[in-house]
Amino acid sequence: MQVKAPDRAAAEHRAPPEHAARRALTTTPGWRRAWRSRRLQGLGYAAPTAVFVAVFFLLPLLLVGQMSLSDWPLLAGDRGANAPENYTDVTGSPLFWPAVRFTLLYTVIVTVVLLGLALLLALLVQESRPGAGFFRTVYFLPGALGLASASLLFWGLYSPTTGPLGDILENLALVDEPVSFLGTPTSALLSTVFLVVWKFAGFYMLILLVGLQRIPHEVYEAARMDGASRAQIFRSITLPLLRPSLALSLLLCVTGSLLAFDQFFVLTKGGPDNSTVTVVQLVYREAFQRLDLGTAAALSIIVLAALLLLNVLQFRGLRRADES
Amino acid sequence: MLTRALGRTPYYVVAGGLAVIFLFPLLWNAWASVSPQPGTAQDSGHGLGNYRTLLEYDAGLLQYLLNSTVVSALTVALTLGVSLLGGYAFARFEFPGKNLLFLLTLAILMVPYATLLIPLYVLLGRLQLQNSLLGLSLVLAMFQLPFATFMMRISFEAVPRELEESALVDGCGTAGALRRVLLPAVRPGLITVGLFAFLAAWNDFITPLILIADSEKAPLPLAVANLRQQSMGAVDYGATEAGVVVLAVPCLLLFLLLQRHYVRGFMSGALKG
Repeated sequence: MQVKAPDRAAAEHRAPPEHAARRALTTTPGWRRAWRSRRLQGLGYAAPTAVFVAVFFLLPLLLVGQMSLSDWPLLAGDRGANAPENYTDVTGSPLFWPAVRFTLLYTVIVTVVLLGLALLLALLVQESRPGAGFFRTVYFLPGALGLASASLLFWGLYSPTTGPLGDILENLALVDEPVSFLGTPTSALLSTVFLVVWKFAGFYMLILLVGLQRIPHEVYEAARMDGASRAQIFRSITLPLLRPSLALSLLLCVTGSLLAFDQFFVLTKGGPDNSTVTVVQLVYREAFQRLDLGTAAALSIIVLAALLLLNVLQFRGLRRADES
Repeated sequence: MLTRALGRTPYYVVAGGLAVIFLFPLLWNAWASVSPQPGTAQDSGHGLGNYRTLLEYDAGLLQYLLNSTVVSALTVALTLGVSLLGGYAFARFEFPGKNLLFLLTLAILMVPYATLLIPLYVLLGRLQLQNSLLGLSLVLAMFQLPFATFMMRISFEAVPRELEESALVDGCGTAGALRRVLLPAVRPGLITVGLFAFLAAWNDFITPLILIADSEKAPLPLAVANLRQQSMGAVDYGATEAGVVVLAVPCLLLFLLLQRHYVRGFMSGALKG
């Protein structure tokens, strides 16, 4: 929810000059000095933010760039430049392209299933009828859990020995032999998707709910007076007017899925047979299992570049859609 | 009346069915954590055996709870402090570099966790902050800044300027105006930011995984994840389920307590656009 909003706010609030404050201050002598001191005070209040951004954001960004061009073992060792070796190491790794393919596949599946379900939930709880508040809370509840906790929870739930799901499916006669939820590449992927959808559906429901509630009632009433059917109203009013919220959800969901880590690290450990290794897991393995920070940095830079490119394209696509 | 009730039935069937699916994993986990399972401390009858295992695991549950509490409290305090002052500056003052700094703060969102964590691992080593809870909190607070700063800026902008001006005319400095007049007015924003920062810090997994090396400094999620793969492949599902309960309960309680403010914060400002 944080990604899109700022642009507009930044534009809206681009320096509404401090008319009122200035007026108050110009009535006293020495207002010029007071005005200058007000600028200094503003700098002072912003200083902690500036320090954080400089030390923990900009400096690491510069460092990761430098690391990606150097030989950088985890522990002490030679740290000379070796460009572009780290980058060729990354793309030459046998796990790299499978990880890219798997991450993209996972992103597509999660995005479609998650946003579809979130929209359904939002439409369900949109009207304030008895119980709607309760349902909203219940659907959101998994969102208060951490992704790692949720993954540990589902790890027990999917367990062939203690998990109840196999029994339930057998009792419902949906399957006739024990299910191995994490045992095959396909079932491991789908089991993870189910966990992620359970954990995040309520969060995206909330975003879409905000969008739904900003559609004025009069628009619906007018459409109903004109005799539009429910399906028509949904297609030609709800969906188009919900586009900003859908776009925001899409952006967050795609970005989050491309950077997936916790769920695979905890639930599948990348298995079976490295079939569920994501790109961020590869960064972790390069750095802390192969002890090569330089290659991990190069891979990070590639991920960053891909994500920036994707976001630029997405913004462009959205703007073009706005114009048409 | 009857036909209306009948008309509603499908709604309650669908919404209720979904509610059962959403609640089931949580309820099952809580139940399983006190149920008998072979290979756990609770192998017959219901009871708290798994929680006792957790209490004694490695550095001990209390140590991990303490670690998580310290990290979360520090992160919330840092996030609230920095974003309160920053939000005030961005909403009410003009100073050179203001827009650039605001955009840079928001840009933190655009950079993947993993991209920053590798150099932060090196950098914190140089600052003597590697493997420390303070270092971990500083990093977690930095990741919170885009949302927190944005939220606080909006909160300050929603307060009428006259409030602050009258305080200034009455002889307060800007710090006095902030403390006496503005602080109460931006409290809903602070609650949303604080809850957000708490949930993120309490639940974060990848940051301590990379930045914390000693097991006795691990926060709870990391400790529970380590616990289940302990001792030669023997897996203790019971203790893991107990760990998930301990992890989840504070989050669920806090969310239920504050959800009114949280949802309002969500609806009011953070989602404009």
